[in-house]
Amino acid sequence: MTTSLLVLAAIMAVVVWWLLRPTLNVKPWVEQRPIKNVDAEGTLPLPPVKVGLGVFLAVATSLFALLISAYHMRMMAADWTHLALPRVLWLNTGVLILSGVAMQWTRAAAQREQIDSVRIGLIAAGVFTVSFLAGQLWAWQQLNAAGYFVKTDPATAFFYLLTALHGLHLLGGMYVWGRTTARVLRGVEVGKVRLSVELCTVYWHYLLLVWLVLFAVLLHTHS
Amino acid sequence: MSSVAFDESPHVPPAEVPEVELYHPKTFIGRYIWSQDAKVIAVQYAITAISVGVVALVLSGLMRLQLGFPHTFSFITPANYLQFVTMHGMIMVIYLLTALFLGGFGNYLIPLMVGARDMVFPYVNMVSYWVYLFAVLLLMASFFVPGGPTGAGWTLYPPQAILGGTPGANWGIILMLVSLAFFIIGFTMGGLNYVVTVLQARTRGMTMMRLPLTVWGILMATILALLAFPALFVSAIMMILDQALGTSFFMPALVSKGQHLAYNGGSPILFQHLFWFFGHPEVYIVALPAFGIVSDLISVNARRNIFGYRMMVWAILAIGGLSFMVWAHHMYVSGMNPYFGFFFATTTLVIAIPTALKVYNWVLTLWRGDIHLTVPMLFAIGFVFTFINGGLTGLFLGNVPVDIPLSGTMFVVAHFHMVMAVSPILVVFGAIYHWYPKVTGRMLNDTLGKFHFWVTFLGTYAIYYPMHYLGFLGVPRRYFAMGNTVFIPPSAQSLNVAITIAALIVGAIQVVFLYNLIWSYFKGKPSGPNPWRATTLEWQTPHTPPKHGNFGPTLPVVYRWAYDYSVPGAAEDFIPQDQPPGRKAPGLEEAPDASELGPQKPGALVT
Repeated sequence: MTTSLLVLAAIMAVVVWWLLRPTLNVKPWVEQRPIKNVDAEGTLPLPPVKVGLGVFLAVATSLFALLISAYHMRMMAADWTHLALPRVLWLNTGVLILSGVAMQWTRAAAQREQIDSVRIGLIAAGVFTVSFLAGQLWAWQQLNAAGYFVKTDPATAFFYLLTALHGLHLLGGMYVWGRTTARVLRGVEVGKVRLSVELCTVYWHYLLLVWLVLFAVLLHTHS
Repeated sequence: MSSVAFDESPHVPPAEVPEVELYHPKTFIGRYIWSQDAKVIAVQYAITAISVGVVALVLSGLMRLQLGFPHTFSFITPANYLQFVTMHGMIMVIYLLTALFLGGFGNYLIPLMVGARDMVFPYVNMVSYWVYLFAVLLLMASFFVPGGPTGAGWTLYPPQAILGGTPGANWGIILMLVSLAFFIIGFTMGGLNYVVTVLQARTRGMTMMRLPLTVWGILMATILALLAFPALFVSAIMMILDQALGTSFFMPALVSKGQHLAYNGGSPILFQHLFWFFGHPEVYIVALPAFGIVSDLISVNARRNIFGYRMMVWAILAIGGLSFMVWAHHMYVSGMNPYFGFFFATTTLVIAIPTALKVYNWVLTLWRGDIHLTVPMLFAIGFVFTFINGGLTGLFLGNVPVDIPLSGTMFVVAHFHMVMAVSPILVVFGAIYHWYPKVTGRMLNDTLGKFHFWVTFLGTYAIYYPMHYLGFLGVPRRYFAMGNTVFIPPSAQSLNVAITIAALIVGAIQVVFLYNLIWSYFKGKPSGPNPWRATTLEWQTPHTPPKHGNFGPTLPVVYRWAYDYSVPGAAEDFIPQDQPPGRKAPGLEEAPDASELGPQKPGALVT
């Protein structure tokens, strides 16, 4: 549980600090500041969706941190056997990095208002992401063929669980990606999809980071 | 910050918060069923939560019948009894209290209190309710599947939760876990809304430190829930896999009925850690909104500013931060390292400090206040009493040497019912009596309300005080019948009869409350916009009940905190948050810098 505790302590520290800041040196019972500069206080200079995404990423971080903790605690049991990770995971990791790069490139293009590049970038990111997901399924297939089913041993079960949850998060992202891409293909202005592209980029980078951490944990503990 | 203490120009610029485009429903279905209006969603949440709460109340009545009169009711088998215990606990904690405080009061009050037109993501908010409803229906469905609902106890500890001997080990437990997973998904959608609305959609002048404590409580509870529910989500999914696919996340090697099961090496303790990592913050998820609401009810009805507002905010933050570091005090009997227990006992006792601070501040708000004993005030004061009682037994149980003999006895049942069942539910009642006039435009009947309060308040003491004593005697919880146990005197059974009678009376009396809700909706006295003469923004709306969009053509501008009651020199004993500081106390100059001083307030003298 140390991992979760540290991650959650970090998140809670940020939250408490963020909420504590506007309460220091303020005496609401004396002040009657009417209008000036007051609405910015405590509010992030971001559109609500971005803040919403940030909050959601905190929730997802809590979820994955708890899974990693559970993984480590379960490892301590006597029956733990190490799992031979399929090699294809290295390839998948590379593909997911490429999708992140494509997203970043799309975001830059959206800022420069180059709709053609946005279109290409989005499609490239989508293709890479789908390849990653297909690659993960392939990894499952390989494990399955090698005789590692979900219930064979806890390490395999955790592998399926972690990759499945990560993949489901990516699929959720693909839903937003699909809507954004559809709008771009229908020919809307760049300005109308810029925010969606930015949100997708942040989310993709986050899920790349999560995958790198998960992969590192799996690698660190495999045979 | 104090350099912008006032605005020199008398002109008030329009609100800078960008106007939002609201979804305008055309049909009845769009307005009341598939509604994206937070107020309608709030009522949907509240009705669903209260309905499912009535089911849980009936279950508790059945449990009490069995405990009071064992071997009398043939339709209550030992398996049924365990199912009643489990479903009662889970429904009350998650599907009633969490959903009602955050989905119900959160949805209704956050936009109105911060001066927003609606939640920031109305569509997601709507989906949140429907996912919640789906979770409730899944849970209710488990009453009708083969084997019935799970009887594993609300903590659902493996391995027994999914072993054949436990009622509902096939369908019941799966439905319960899937329902919890959906509840969490739905809640996350709503929770994103509550947090982002409070942070980003406050109206002009509504600084964080001008928020009513109700909003602070709901905000912090939502943050806790968002971070803690994933633990339950993870454990639910892993247990579903253990049950359905035969993995061994939590299931150790077992011999059942002489047969070796296929499970191997799993850790039941791992489940306990995950469960309580959610389970303890859950206590504060239902307590913090209650703390916030009670602060407001007491301040309004004592006609006095809340004592130590800033301290109250800090206490909420401190409780929220600490609540993640105490979970293992539920696991003292799991064979943990004594130093581990020492650490968790210490954090548990530390959390009593900010909590006690809040209690002192409530009492000091009442001190020399102009107390109006309205029905909401009665419930609020009842809460303070009950919370002190429940909190004190929490100090007992927080200590390892005291907890170990009391663990698993009726003492624990009495403790957590006092602190997280009766206390929050008293606040729920108080809040409904308080805000019902805003929701419907009519007052709830006062006489029925007072009757409801006194029977409920005194009745719950008749139920739970004797339970502490039963716990000391060693009467265990979750037992269908005691049989012949040497160390338990026969008088314990007489006490159980008394408790059962009290519980049935308290349960039955809730019908009066439900009747009051329905009767007053049609026949209640019209309330007017601000029957309690309160300062917060929800009472200043142009329409009662507020229309879609809440505030008419322009959003309100906030000039002051939420607790300007009995300000000396003011025309009335309350000053709404959106009233400009133009009206001076007699004797003060009309010059602009006079407004910097503001009216004299008792709070200002204290600092």
